[in-house]
Amino acid sequence: MLHRLLTAAALAALGAAFFAALDAPPPAATPLADAALARLPDSGVSSPVTAVLLNFRAYDTLLEVAVLLLALASVWALRIPAPPSPWPPASPVVATAARRLTPALLLIGAYLVWIGADAPGGAFQGGALLGASVVLLVVTGAAPPARPLPLRLALVAGLLVFALAGLAGPLLGRPYLTWPPSLAKPFILLVEVFATLSIALTLAALFVGVPPERPDPGAPR
Amino acid sequence: MTAPSLYAFVGALLFLVGLYGALARRHLVRKILAVNLMASGTFLLLIALPATAAAGPPDPAPRAMVLTGIVVAVSATAFALALARRVRAEQGRPLLPGDASEAAQGPTDDR
Repeated sequence: MLHRLLTAAALAALGAAFFAALDAPPPAATPLADAALARLPDSGVSSPVTAVLLNFRAYDTLLEVAVLLLALASVWALRIPAPPSPWPPASPVVATAARRLTPALLLIGAYLVWIGADAPGGAFQGGALLGASVVLLVVTGAAPPARPLPLRLALVAGLLVFALAGLAGPLLGRPYLTWPPSLAKPFILLVEVFATLSIALTLAALFVGVPPERPDPGAPR
Repeated sequence: MTAPSLYAFVGALLFLVGLYGALARRHLVRKILAVNLMASGTFLLLIALPATAAAGPPDPAPRAMVLTGIVVAVSATAFALALARRVRAEQGRPLLPGDASEAAQGPTDDR
């Protein structure tokens, strides 16, 4: 009890400091905003956030895809208890929702990736939605059993395509992970499509938590 | 107080509530939720502060940073939840070792 009171008192002091800092006049705009908005026409997309993510700061996004993959590798390495197999039967509501929603989720996910060039959206938003639809299929037992090698290839495809596409820079005499302005849009689209696939499957695999088992060679697929 | 600075205050408040939860709660899932609340508060702050500062179009750099942060937070949360499950599988209770021995001494709740 005492340590909770002490914690609360210390946090109240920290909160007072926060609110005093927030009450000060807001900081001036950073030169980053002007730089990013000024070079927007060269980025291949019209959404400034997508331009920052997949062009100006593509390094951050490449490593972000790697972090997601690293999280999955770490979760698999923990060998947590496997979920029940097969999954317990889902309620009719969930099963119907999964069946009816999956086509819409696929469409909205693909739309979010496409619209990312011009408006809020992109590989992560689309990937999160598609990942959720895969989770729905898994918990209703509608997902086919994952085969280890194809699944692993799909999981690393996003990172691999991104890293290889970045080589276009050095080949054309530019720094790594930079796109020539005239080809920026196709490059961003290529990277985003594969990143979406890998992100969606990584999120669903994180939900399941254990690596897929090698299929029994004698069992029919 | 203008609207964006209200968001900044709420962000700071969420961070503090989360920090309290992360320090005072024992159950690992509660701790993980609390750290996620801290992250959400930070993201709200990062979005709200530049909006207060600039009059023109919003600065894309912090927004891109928040998007990256959300993905990293999701990855870290997934790993933390797997660790919590592993702790529960090993010890029978999702508590850190110090908290578990403390909880074993007295009739206190797991929260």
